Amino acid sequence: MLEKIKRRFSTQGVSHQAGTSILEVRELSASYEGRPALESVSFKLVENERVAVVGPNGAGKSTLFKIIAGVQEADSGTVRIYGHVPVGHICIAYVPQRSQVDWQFPVTVWDVVMMGRIGKIGLFRWPRKADAQKVKESLELVEMEPYSNRQIDQLSGGQQQRVFIAQAFAQEADLVLMDEPLAGLDAPAVEAIFRILDRLQGRGVSVLVATHDLHLAGERFDRVMLLNRRLLQFGAPEAVITPEFLVDAYGEQVHVLHTDDGRIVMIEDNCHDDAPEEVRRVG
Amino acid sequence: MVDLLLEPLSYGFMVRGMIAAILVGVVSALVGSFVVLRGMAFLGDALAHAILPGVAVGYITGGGDQGALFWWGLATAGVTSLGIGALTRATRIKNDTAIGVLFAGMFALGIALISASGSYAVDLSHFLFGNVLGVSASDLLVTGITAGIVILLVIGLYKEFMVIAFDPVLAKTLRLPVRFLENLLLLLIAVTIVVALQTVGIALMVAMLVTPAAGAYLVTRRLWAMMALASLIAGISGIAGLYLSFYTSVASGAAIVLTSTALFLLIWVWTALRHRS
Repeated sequence: MLEKIKRRFSTQGVSHQAGTSILEVRELSASYEGRPALESVSFKLVENERVAVVGPNGAGKSTLFKIIAGVQEADSGTVRIYGHVPVGHICIAYVPQRSQVDWQFPVTVWDVVMMGRIGKIGLFRWPRKADAQKVKESLELVEMEPYSNRQIDQLSGGQQQRVFIAQAFAQEADLVLMDEPLAGLDAPAVEAIFRILDRLQGRGVSVLVATHDLHLAGERFDRVMLLNRRLLQFGAPEAVITPEFLVDAYGEQVHVLHTDDGRIVMIEDNCHDDAPEEVRRVG
Repeated sequence: MVDLLLEPLSYGFMVRGMIAAILVGVVSALVGSFVVLRGMAFLGDALAHAILPGVAVGYITGGGDQGALFWWGLATAGVTSLGIGALTRATRIKNDTAIGVLFAGMFALGIALISASGSYAVDLSHFLFGNVLGVSASDLLVTGITAGIVILLVIGLYKEFMVIAFDPVLAKTLRLPVRFLENLLLLLIAVTIVVALQTVGIALMVAMLVTPAAGAYLVTRRLWAMMALASLIAGISGIAGLYLSFYTSVASGAAIVLTSTALFLLIWVWTALRHRS
């Protein structure tokens, strides 16, 4: 507990107020390349929560994450992290889509995780023992310590994803935003990611995950946010992932089939030719 | 054999030239590693060409004084890179087109200034191809100090430059001064170009920036190793190139670049063979 309080107050001189929600987004609107990407989105996140953000391609998931991370500007509305604006805070980590990363870059697993420490180390300084210790601990958390000397291109997709989660942990982030971390991973790799997300939650880290996988969103998260430029639904998975709401979000892409033992919702994913259609059984 | 190696060193201009070639090579290799990783080779080539009007004005007004050449060249490189950024932001024109438009325009302006001033052929070739064997002791001092500053900055900000090259979004979430660091990197590229002007000249400058770094990139797994190997390749190219120049009368800048190109090709062939076996 003491550790956590110390950590809270050490982030770049901006203190966290006790009792406020970790993240509060109010009336957020944003555009991407001249077109509206988000319209009047409002929600609150409480500490230690794991939330799935689902919605069709172009629903504004990445835009929302980048604005929360303070990387992109909103047109209007506010984002508060522990009651403060995101600028000046480094307690938020953004884990990019794997397709956005240059895997040929000459860095090892260790180097990538150490990058999470750079904001804390400061200009013209070199990492100290405490930083190396934190990197080691982060690698152990994601079960990647044996690979610390590997160049990042020599890893499987799931391992690559775990390296970036370790980086977020090394950054001592209280909120981790993950953009499509499960895309293209096989079942064991997905299980490993969730095992690690459980550990993050155990250490008081909140996680916001953008995903296309409605099945996992429905079963492995505390709450689900249904987004299509507007925030359509936000609540318990079983209350949000219903055929009616999914038709709202996905429109023509959704097909509801009625079978003997319930209804099956199928969603076409037009943007990924090789991706299988996602199937969600709704009881 | 020993005589072959020692004889050139009995000439002061050869010793000074070698020291200059090594200094400039190492600085170019360090800065060039980031140029290679961020895909800025075209910008590097363009900035090198775009400083011609600056050095021409510096030459005409300062009468060959190195200080005047340095500051005029640096200012021109700064104006050009700002202009490229402004043109990309203010219009629909893509970045590489903006680079092409401005660099050709500036280069033409430089040729116009030199041709109007009279001594067209002599001075233009001097700027285009450099003359490392004409380096004086005072030139060497200026080169040494500037090179030292650039090397210290690159080492001191190594981890920050690594992050903005690898993951600019991470750099922003870490609240690093991204704009400042990117502009500083541009400034370091410009300084490197101006310092290397006398060694290899404008036309071959891009090779100093990218060839050793590209060779090192093929065989290293960590950034510091890539930068160290690139420096080594550049240093060897400087020395071997000047010996080549001494014994074959090939122009010094061309000899240095040819040596580093040969080393790059050797590394490439070696990695290709190793992959196959």
